[in-house]
Amino acid sequence: MFSNFDYDVIIRSLPYLFYDGMTFTLALTAFATVGGIIFGTLLAMMRLSGFAPISVLATGYVNLMRSVPLLLVIFWFYFLVPYIGQWITGAPRPVQVGAFVSSFVTFTLFEAAYFAEIMRAGIQSVPRGQVAAAQALGMTYLQTMGYIVLPQAFRNMVPVLLTQTIILFQDTSLVYVLSITDFLGAASKVAQRDGRLVEMYLFAALVYFVISFVASLLVRQLQRRVAIIR
Amino acid sequence: MITLSKVSKWYPNFQVLKQCSTHVEKGEVVVVCGPSGSGKSTLIKCVNGLEPFQEGTITVAGISVSDPKTDLPKLRARIGMVFQHFELFPHLTVMRNLELAQIKVLGRKQDEAAANGMRLLERVGLSAHARKYPGELSGGQQQRVAIARALAMDPIAMLFDEPTSALDPEMINEVLDVMVALAKDGMTMMVVTHEMGFARGVAHRVVFMDRGEIVEDAPTAEFFGKPRSERAQVFLSKILHH
Repeated sequence: MFSNFDYDVIIRSLPYLFYDGMTFTLALTAFATVGGIIFGTLLAMMRLSGFAPISVLATGYVNLMRSVPLLLVIFWFYFLVPYIGQWITGAPRPVQVGAFVSSFVTFTLFEAAYFAEIMRAGIQSVPRGQVAAAQALGMTYLQTMGYIVLPQAFRNMVPVLLTQTIILFQDTSLVYVLSITDFLGAASKVAQRDGRLVEMYLFAALVYFVISFVASLLVRQLQRRVAIIR
Repeated sequence: MITLSKVSKWYPNFQVLKQCSTHVEKGEVVVVCGPSGSGKSTLIKCVNGLEPFQEGTITVAGISVSDPKTDLPKLRARIGMVFQHFELFPHLTVMRNLELAQIKVLGRKQDEAAANGMRLLERVGLSAHARKYPGELSGGQQQRVAIARALAMDPIAMLFDEPTSALDPEMINEVLDVMVALAKDGMTMMVVTHEMGFARGVAHRVVFMDRGEIVEDAPTAEFFGKPRSERAQVFLSKILHH
């Protein structure tokens, strides 16, 4: 099988694979992680709110996103976002945002639902006495959340958040349906063009494996460093 | 300073507080005692609005706790509270625990808050531990930090909710010593505790609760000398004779 294995096609395409492909993959992962955690934390706070309309709204959103395949959501937003843009701006025609923007928005909104559940568990892991102590010191709801609850929730959940990020990193390959050149997309294009499917897909798998594996090792390191001393 | 008038509180199918009335004057130390489940912790949490109640009124420095127009965070900032389980913020250093609310709630400058925090740490004998995290301290030390944290806000009154109940016996005295010193300084204090030695030593009045009611509210000497109610007599005989 490896007798006519062409390593050269991999070497030749490295700049394209990494400079064009991996850059996008990492950018999308980073953006969707940061955006997803921020929006997800907001959703988690809404879900735990005592005010029913707000918690129902957030619960509905999280459940909807989590019960629809990501691929479907990507399609949805790609075709829907232009119309939403038109509706918001009042433009005469659907606002073309392009595949890039669409993918960033989609991943952020989709991942937020998962991050929301993680942050909800994190918030609930902080003892109620901590909230009482913060309130007794005169802190408002937002101060209590911002200085006391969320920092602890976040630290407790760092391993799970990063594990979710690794999954997100792998899921970004789904943007191929929007013909975006991410890492897998780039590998795929080279594979088709040069007829070197085995080489390219094996190499792509290897790269995903190495990055995900190293990242999971780093998670364990980081976990030790941010852990709260008890 | 603190006035409770006919405070009643219900859980869905259970009345925790029944028409509780008492008061704490400025500079007075009032100990609240009673068997467990008598509602004393619930009562003291009502004083700074951590627990809602359905009937009656509580005022602190003339401000109603249950009035929806009251700025509760602002009122709480003036009332210090010490909890059974310390509730220091575990992700912050001891110093940061003392500074945070001074800066964020009272709007003090960082260096002012730090100087004030250090002064109070010295007062509770823990200035050497300023840079440690709460988890690195013993229970008694954590509780003393918690007292310092409450004092850093320059409170007009201090509430103590069973401050020594979660401590190992050998650490109880270091916390009580701080509280005694505070009482001697003239701090207005409402203290839920089983430490009858503390009550006898520094309390001006003792409030005895049983099954959600204030059964007895008497000057300390009178309470320990000849409690009027049978329930208080039974409680005292159980707690003192062992």
